[in-house]
Amino acid sequence: MQALYAQLLVGLINGSFYALLSLGLAVIFGMLNIINFAHGALYMMGAFVAYFLLNLGGINYWWALLLAPIIVGIFGMILERTMLQWLTGLDHLYGLLLTFGIALIVQGVFQNYFGSSGMPYAIPDQLKGGMNLGFMFLPVYRGWVVIFSLVVCIATWFLIEKTRLGAYLRAATENPTLVRAFGINVPRMITLTYGLGVGLAALAGVLSAPINQVRPLMGADLIIVVFAVVVIGGMGSIMGSIITGFALGVIEGLTKYFYPEASNTVVFVLMVLVLLVKPTGLTGRAA
Amino acid sequence: MTALTDDTLPMTPRAMRDEMIVFAVMALLLASVPFTGVYPFFVMQALCFALLACAFNLLIGYGGLLSFGHAMFMGTAGYCSAHALKVWALPPELGILVGIAAAFGLSLITGYISIRRQGIYFSMITLALSQLLYFIYLQAPFTHGEDGIQGIPQGHMFGVLDLSKPTVLYYVVLVGFLAGFLLIYRIINSPFGEVLKSIRENEPRAISLGYRTDQYKFLAFVLSGTLAGFAGALKVFVAQNASLTDVHWSMSGEVVLMTLVGGLGTIFGPVVGAFAIIAMQQYLAGFGQWVTVIQGSIFVICVLTFRRGVVGEVAHYFRRSL
Repeated sequence: MQALYAQLLVGLINGSFYALLSLGLAVIFGMLNIINFAHGALYMMGAFVAYFLLNLGGINYWWALLLAPIIVGIFGMILERTMLQWLTGLDHLYGLLLTFGIALIVQGVFQNYFGSSGMPYAIPDQLKGGMNLGFMFLPVYRGWVVIFSLVVCIATWFLIEKTRLGAYLRAATENPTLVRAFGINVPRMITLTYGLGVGLAALAGVLSAPINQVRPLMGADLIIVVFAVVVIGGMGSIMGSIITGFALGVIEGLTKYFYPEASNTVVFVLMVLVLLVKPTGLTGRAA
Repeated sequence: MTALTDDTLPMTPRAMRDEMIVFAVMALLLASVPFTGVYPFFVMQALCFALLACAFNLLIGYGGLLSFGHAMFMGTAGYCSAHALKVWALPPELGILVGIAAAFGLSLITGYISIRRQGIYFSMITLALSQLLYFIYLQAPFTHGEDGIQGIPQGHMFGVLDLSKPTVLYYVVLVGFLAGFLLIYRIINSPFGEVLKSIRENEPRAISLGYRTDQYKFLAFVLSGTLAGFAGALKVFVAQNASLTDVHWSMSGEVVLMTLVGGLGTIFGPVVGAFAIIAMQQYLAGFGQWVTVIQGSIFVICVLTFRRGVVGEVAHYFRRSL
């Protein structure tokens, strides 16, 4: 029973990463109509920035949670201004190809300097240790990751669905020309949105640094699972991404307990099943 | 949807003649390789990838469908051919057929699932399906996991062609490549190919004309996947092994890169692109991980400034379709 709860917890944690990453993808997709293939590389950058901040600048985890998303977000905005914006109006395949190229460059550079092995990042003192919940032992940091990412997800949902800024965003997605006519700087909004989505990826990177090791390819394999999550969820809504992300993490954790051989493939198998029944995905709009 | 290619010129007898001349030059050049100092192994490898890229281009360049998991067909055919040759001890020609049949079956299944979604969703589904297969091959006993299937006997094709002789093997691979290339050329210039192009340009209009576009796209997917499998089966004889690298998604990315560099939707582009990328890997191997960075940069440069690719630019300059 202990092992089951442990796998459920691992599933919830992976689910938080899936949710944060697919949420960022959904935000970017909504505004830029680009599937951001560089998302995994930017997630990896977030973890590395936290690592540098700690080891070069002596800046602790808490500041890294704030600074890493901002630094990587600015990097993302530079990418958007210098490259992605030139693709407006072109077939969205080019967006995928361009971000794929960016991912290769970023990963290649990090691999050159840091090899492929991982580097440890210590759990901050305040979150060390664990709690005995009676039925299982809960490491504090892992509990923190689940709760913190849930809070961030809901905050993002609130920002986009309930605030005035979010309303502009959604309107600009529907009809950029009209929104521009109201005097809103749409290109700047697009840049900021890309920064926000990228920042969410970097935040997930910082959260994952103490759990998984910091390594150049940490995002490369994760991102394909996240794409499968996105296909299953349909990227129709912000909430859809969050719920699908967490749910699939849990399902994956359960599979690891009951039938470990399938744990790597269960998300993909689910994707196939969902597509056979409902080709648009669970909450999807037509592509 | 904006056009992916510049290929708007009508199919005239002159265009046909141009393409035939270029094809003849290409075939002659390739046939003369054993008499020059060029390393035949390199050319054979490039030919396998060129065929793979041509098959891939049939789907994206003419159907507008970007498959991001095309390596799965090559990898699957490779594993099945290798298994048939080594364990079942089948002769080479039957080994190739087993590989092609496996790729055909796989493309029927994956095509059925993926063709239901369009655009980037289609790309992501093909990518996820190939990753699913990657994990299956990682765990399946017959693939030997990380080791792959090694030491594959080359044998005698049709009982007479000794494939362990480099020159014989080279010409077998060359004939296989040219046959695959001509088949793709024939498909593109058939009425089926014309419908495919019309779907690429404007799918709603094709539907309103009464075409069942899903069926056309599905058929294109199966043809492309099966031909990619043919490339994978040929590659088994060249590399004498089948391994996980051939199924991994980074291989699919390389195929996309080859086609993009050469020119999406051009007939000769994927061949040029495949040779360029394989040569690059060959000669830049000393740079280690920088090769990834260089490949990524080529992607970025091609997408931003050079969307027609090498052959596409040349064809555009001479106002010819190539």
